[in-house]
Amino acid sequence: MSSTTVSASSGFRLPRWAIPAGATIGFVAAYVIFRGTATLPHDDEAPQFLAVTDLREWIDDHRNDNPFFLYFLNYIRLGVGALHTLFQTVLYALGWPGITGVMGALAWLAGGWRTGLLALAGVSAFGVLGLWQSSVDTLALVGVAVLLSLVIGIPVGVWAGLSARVRRTVTPVLDVMQIMPTFAYLAPLALFFHIGAPAGAIATMIYAIPPAIRITALAVAQVSPTAVEASTSLGATRWQTLFKVHLPLARSTMALAVNQTIMMALSMVVIANLISAPGLGGDIIRGLSRAQVGIMLPAGVAIVVMAVVLDRMTLATARKDPRARTRRTDLAVAGALAAAGLALIPVLPAVWPENVTIDVVAPVNDAVRWAEENWYAVTTGIKDVTTYALLNPLESLLTSAPWWLVALAALILAWRVSGVRAALTALACLLAIALLGVWEHTMQTLTTVTVAVLVTLVIGLLLGVAAARAPRFSAIQRPLLDAAQTMPAFVYLLPALALFGTTRFTAIFASVIYAVPPVVRLVEDGIKGVPPTVVEAAVAAGSTPGQLLWKVQLPMARRAILLAANQGIVMTLAMVVIGGLVGAGALGYDVVSGFSQRTDFGMGFVAGVATVLLGVMLDRITQGADRRTSPRKRKMS
Amino acid sequence: MKIRLLAGILVLGLSAVGCGGATVDTSTTSSAPAAGSSASAEPAGTVKIAINPWVGYEASAHVVAYLLRNELGYNVELPEIKEQLSWEGFETGDVDVIIENWGHPDLKEQFIEQKKVAVEAGSTGNKGVIGWYIPKWMADEHPDITDSKNLNKYADLFKTSESGDKGQLLFGDPSYVSNEEALIKNLKLNYKVVVGGSEAALIKSAQQAQAQKKPLLFYFWDPHWLFSQTELIRVNLPPYTEGCDADPKKVACDYPEMDLDKIVSKKFADTGGKAYELVKNFNWTNEDQNAVADDMTNKGMSGEEAAKKWVEANTAKWQAWIPK
Repeated sequence: MSSTTVSASSGFRLPRWAIPAGATIGFVAAYVIFRGTATLPHDDEAPQFLAVTDLREWIDDHRNDNPFFLYFLNYIRLGVGALHTLFQTVLYALGWPGITGVMGALAWLAGGWRTGLLALAGVSAFGVLGLWQSSVDTLALVGVAVLLSLVIGIPVGVWAGLSARVRRTVTPVLDVMQIMPTFAYLAPLALFFHIGAPAGAIATMIYAIPPAIRITALAVAQVSPTAVEASTSLGATRWQTLFKVHLPLARSTMALAVNQTIMMALSMVVIANLISAPGLGGDIIRGLSRAQVGIMLPAGVAIVVMAVVLDRMTLATARKDPRARTRRTDLAVAGALAAAGLALIPVLPAVWPENVTIDVVAPVNDAVRWAEENWYAVTTGIKDVTTYALLNPLESLLTSAPWWLVALAALILAWRVSGVRAALTALACLLAIALLGVWEHTMQTLTTVTVAVLVTLVIGLLLGVAAARAPRFSAIQRPLLDAAQTMPAFVYLLPALALFGTTRFTAIFASVIYAVPPVVRLVEDGIKGVPPTVVEAAVAAGSTPGQLLWKVQLPMARRAILLAANQGIVMTLAMVVIGGLVGAGALGYDVVSGFSQRTDFGMGFVAGVATVLLGVMLDRITQGADRRTSPRKRKMS
Repeated sequence: MKIRLLAGILVLGLSAVGCGGATVDTSTTSSAPAAGSSASAEPAGTVKIAINPWVGYEASAHVVAYLLRNELGYNVELPEIKEQLSWEGFETGDVDVIIENWGHPDLKEQFIEQKKVAVEAGSTGNKGVIGWYIPKWMADEHPDITDSKNLNKYADLFKTSESGDKGQLLFGDPSYVSNEEALIKNLKLNYKVVVGGSEAALIKSAQQAQAQKKPLLFYFWDPHWLFSQTELIRVNLPPYTEGCDADPKKVACDYPEMDLDKIVSKKFADTGGKAYELVKNFNWTNEDQNAVADDMTNKGMSGEEAAKKWVEANTAKWQAWIPK
């Protein structure tokens, strides 16, 4: 292969396509010659896995006599556990009348009658859906995780906002916390903190802290330097400047940090259940293991409702003018609501009365069964065509090619697209994956991710372009996209499962639904961001709508589209791992299996690490795409 | 203000534990708040029965839970925890009872013998056996297919989009007891394990395979209500002999018939009082379990409803379990 490229570049001037074409031919030739050699097949008993499994056994045996556990980790577990029990006790003591009243009152104070009524309706919906108990458990878990995230995140964020050096140290750590698929750190967490509510709260915290720190830092850093200077020149101490100038001025942005932390915490609810944290996640996992959409859907809806209520409440607080007084009528109504709720505690039963619930399980299951029976031929057709035409050939290509050929291809691709540094990072990730002993499974996961990203991009581009060109379509589409993003990812798995069975295609389908919304948004915003003068000029010059799109809007929105591709990859990767639960196999399944079979712990742990490496590699290969093509981007990032 | 208050409580909680270092089982799980439906009677305590992911297990768990609630006045929590994690739950206090345990000699060794956090609580009366099954029509058409030696001859029949050029052996939940990979390797079978992910996936595939005459080879177990609805034939692997499954990597024999038993945490055995007695006495037949499981899966009943129905119809049986 190298001879082709060398001769192509050293000869006289060749057309632009010659080098890529030559390289492609070279790779094809190398593949044909070396196929089946150096393939690194998967071995469940690889020494790397066994070493980790042994380490786990050791930790298990010394949990109660090693000082690190006795004096540190176990205390964290106990502390978080005690706090969770406290939250749970308070919420149970309030019962449904108390919680409804208090939530309604808080929401009314935060955002007036609309938010108040929304909160009342939302909280009642938990009961009506028949999920009161699980919802309260979830509320307690999210409450603990958010409280602790803020207690840690806000001081760190303020510090990072004041000192550039701290910010530089913290940022890469936050990057890893966010890029790491949530699945990957559950196993190590279970190792250190065991299973149950405390471990679930800690897992949720890991996911929810980054936005708390990032946004707080941003808010503090944004405070106008003139105000700070004025304060210091008047002789204020550093603490006075911090508390009297920085924090009040950063207040509304910091409320956003609270908002984002809550949203992130809610999206972890289901995953936390995998380490036996109580709550709505349990209903979703139960639905999954019984293949009943009817059990899953109400729980998914309850999570969305909870997200919407908490989102509106915190956003309303963020938007409020800090100097505005709360109106007396609002205070009165809120007080009355809270008092009524609290007064009703002894009168009404603490648990939602069963006769005011709607049982949707049976009808939803029936609907799904109907769809299964009637669409089976079509869905199986789609699945089989995709699998045989796209998935299987790509998978056998990647798994039968020698590892060095794949690594070389990744290196060259990353070099071309993102430059030397990114290429070396990508290569290092691939080599680490090979050393970890999960090469074959990584290649299989790479296959599903690639196919899912391609489909996501095609759909995302189509919908994004359509939305940018037709405002009405955009208006209809937006709430649907919002819902698709807030819905816990697991909820998509089930309809997909019902239609396509437990196959890799199911995982791809679910990840496409998960990843399409941000792609659509980025594409739509990118196209809308093209200056109207340019569009007018093109129209005046006689472009047809098609020409306008292909020659003007898409090329000018290129940066946004490339960013969309990058985002699509990261999100798809997160989902394909979750897809391990529904037949995606490979790394995702290794992680899942590592949870449930003690002898596979090592394999699961290593697969989690490999997933992170794969994510970093794909991110590095694509993230440079926009940087190189547009010098403007450098300034913005 | 609120935060400061909570932090204070947190500190108090921490210092209350003392300075001797904290072990995992010092958590005060038994004092978890009661969420019982009856606010009137003071509950006798809380029992946590792990729910493992198959319906037969749930049937047993719900019947015991129903009796604990309604006859003895306990609160019962039913957390969904997979088999092996449930054992760890004995250590943390997240689990009091595993109501149907399938063998697991290694876990018994670790948690009962070494760590001493769990104890056996006797047989459930159910006999369990895991095996490889095919729909009956296949055995009718190919009589010699039920011998595992002939499976390679028929591997082509079982190919699917997920198994490539090998035959597919459909497996269930990742947490199930499994020798599948070792069996395929050691018996040199041209098959690939494809994981369905759940009991439901196995049931659905089995029903479709019999109804639409599609080939299917799958992992399944008895007792199960499905046997009364769909005709399934077991494939004969080399017969089980004592100790042939001692090394998980070298297994080349069928699964043994197991006497399913109950495991409880040491703490529950010591302090569980009447609840522990009831769990220990619980003992019924495969038919009993299948009846309840069938109601739960196919008659649209919740676990509690199905348990109530069985309890009302079988008073004599369960009254023998109630401690005097």
